[in-house]
Amino acid sequence: MTEPSATAQPLVALKDIQKTFGAVVALRGVTIDVMPGETFALLGDNAAGKSTLMKVLTGVYQPDAGTIELDGVTTEFPTPSASRDRGIEMVYQDFALADNLDVRSNIFLGREPQKNFLGPLVKIVDRKRMETETERVLARLDIPIPPRLKVKRLSGGQRQAVAIGRALAFDARLVIMDEPTANLSVAKVDKLIEVTQRLKDLGIAVIIITHRLDEAFAVADRFAVMRQGEVVGRYRTNEITETQVAHLISHGTLDDYVESAGTESGQKRKIGSTSSIPVVAEAAAANEKKKDRS
Amino acid sequence: MSLNTENVMVLLGKANLKEGSRGAKIKHFIGNYGILIFFALIVLFLALAAPNFLTLNNIVNVVRQSSIIGIIALGMTFIMITAGIDLSVGSVVGLAGVIFAMLAPSSGSAFWIPLVVGLGVGLLVGFLSAALVVWGKILPFLATLATMAIARTAALVITQGQVISNLSAPAEWLGSGFLGPVPIPVIIFILAAIVCDFVLSRTKFGSHVYAVGGNEESARKVGISVRRVLLSVYLIGGVLAALGGLVLTARLNGAAPVAGTGYELQVIAAVVIGGTSLFGGVGTIRGTVIGVLLLGVVMNGMNLLGVSSYFQLGVQGVILVLAVLLNRWRTD
Repeated sequence: MTEPSATAQPLVALKDIQKTFGAVVALRGVTIDVMPGETFALLGDNAAGKSTLMKVLTGVYQPDAGTIELDGVTTEFPTPSASRDRGIEMVYQDFALADNLDVRSNIFLGREPQKNFLGPLVKIVDRKRMETETERVLARLDIPIPPRLKVKRLSGGQRQAVAIGRALAFDARLVIMDEPTANLSVAKVDKLIEVTQRLKDLGIAVIIITHRLDEAFAVADRFAVMRQGEVVGRYRTNEITETQVAHLISHGTLDDYVESAGTESGQKRKIGSTSSIPVVAEAAAANEKKKDRS
Repeated sequence: MSLNTENVMVLLGKANLKEGSRGAKIKHFIGNYGILIFFALIVLFLALAAPNFLTLNNIVNVVRQSSIIGIIALGMTFIMITAGIDLSVGSVVGLAGVIFAMLAPSSGSAFWIPLVVGLGVGLLVGFLSAALVVWGKILPFLATLATMAIARTAALVITQGQVISNLSAPAEWLGSGFLGPVPIPVIIFILAAIVCDFVLSRTKFGSHVYAVGGNEESARKVGISVRRVLLSVYLIGGVLAALGGLVLTARLNGAAPVAGTGYELQVIAAVVIGGTSLFGGVGTIRGTVIGVLLLGVVMNGMNLLGVSSYFQLGVQGVILVLAVLLNRWRTD
């Protein structure tokens, strides 16, 4: 497993995060970190804990244990707005748009800029500022959309642009994208690569939550694989193959990974020892995890 | 004329309209001004058919008659934009009215205390409706069906079913007073409409009302307090329904516990005719004012033309259906 270089400070570090819902343990001590400007993928099956972890990071859930560090300083996000105020923005799978409103209103939804109306007592929404800011933000993404167009008139890609534009409008340092291609037509991965590259150019870190390997391998610098509320592996995308990751997602370990005939020949690195006795492999994996946590 | 419009509607409905295309512009125009054009045509027709229609006296009369439904409809607009509904407004009219009348007997000169308490009754019922919707997670239709029954029962129990007549002079002024040539109820309606229009179209709260109605889940995700928005709109609806009840009581110089029965249907009809969608997210105060005046003018016109009162409700129904069709086509 690759650790981030010791010299650089992570933008965000989640350390040993635990979260339980009643009898269900959703997160069992999860540790990840994301460097400034890095594109990081969070891989795993449904119910692996990816979304729960991100909800901890965005202030929707409070962790039962563990710490959140921002620029190396321990912090807390008691509410979603507390997280947003610190530059962490979420792009939801459904984009969280209101179809009945126009583009500028959606970009500023919930955070409408205000100005005085006949004195400081009465405040009104500053629509002109919303419009100019919307134009600026969408120009940065290189996806021009008229600010006054109703969102229900937009295509899937344009809707995503509005959702990402929302993050940019508030000087995001980290954009979390939840299953970014789930609501796009097929073959939009190229566009996603383009957009994440643009975010990277702007110095913005990205976390992509996905269960699609091609997506993660196409855009991410590094990734973590989650399974049953734990991180079972952290890699750079260039040091492991998709089939290995697929194995990791379903088995939680590479110790029992056997190269099958279908495996790509150009393996970059062989990982772990293969064991024919699954029980032993499980125990080895558990030991590994304990080491990780300490 | 109507057939022609229908054909255009069918054609446009099937065409894939691009922004700025000619078809879209026509649709935009009819969609935004259709009800206004309809209103103008009715006024034109009545001006020609009924000689008394365009007299100052009659116009003041129409607006005054519409003002109570109008005041209540302003609050209903907020609620309906959030995709809610408030069936309790008629009962609030009755309950706030009797409490207002009891606190402002003709023997005294009470005004402010009955006014504040009367409006407070509206807030209380509005809060109860909101609580059932927000915390009880009961559909607004059912929640306010319950508060409708509760508020009416309260009015009947408090009065033991009796009518309370004769108010103090200042209280009565609220319904029968004039400011120059303009009746006080009309002034209240205009002021309330201006304030509501401002709040809904210019403020952050107004934007959030539209957001909650457009997509509640999205509103929640971007950090809008959906609870606070819903609570607020039912409080606004309650206080304006109570205000309507006070004005009605003052105008009649008395309060009956059954006053306002059936108002909810007239109010909802007016709001829908004004372009507000029952599914939420769409609607304006200006539209509601037009809807209220349209219904008022039609009723007045039928009276002037001697149309049997048996027909009048049916005509309202027809207008309502036409308005709904227009709205659906517009937002399609």
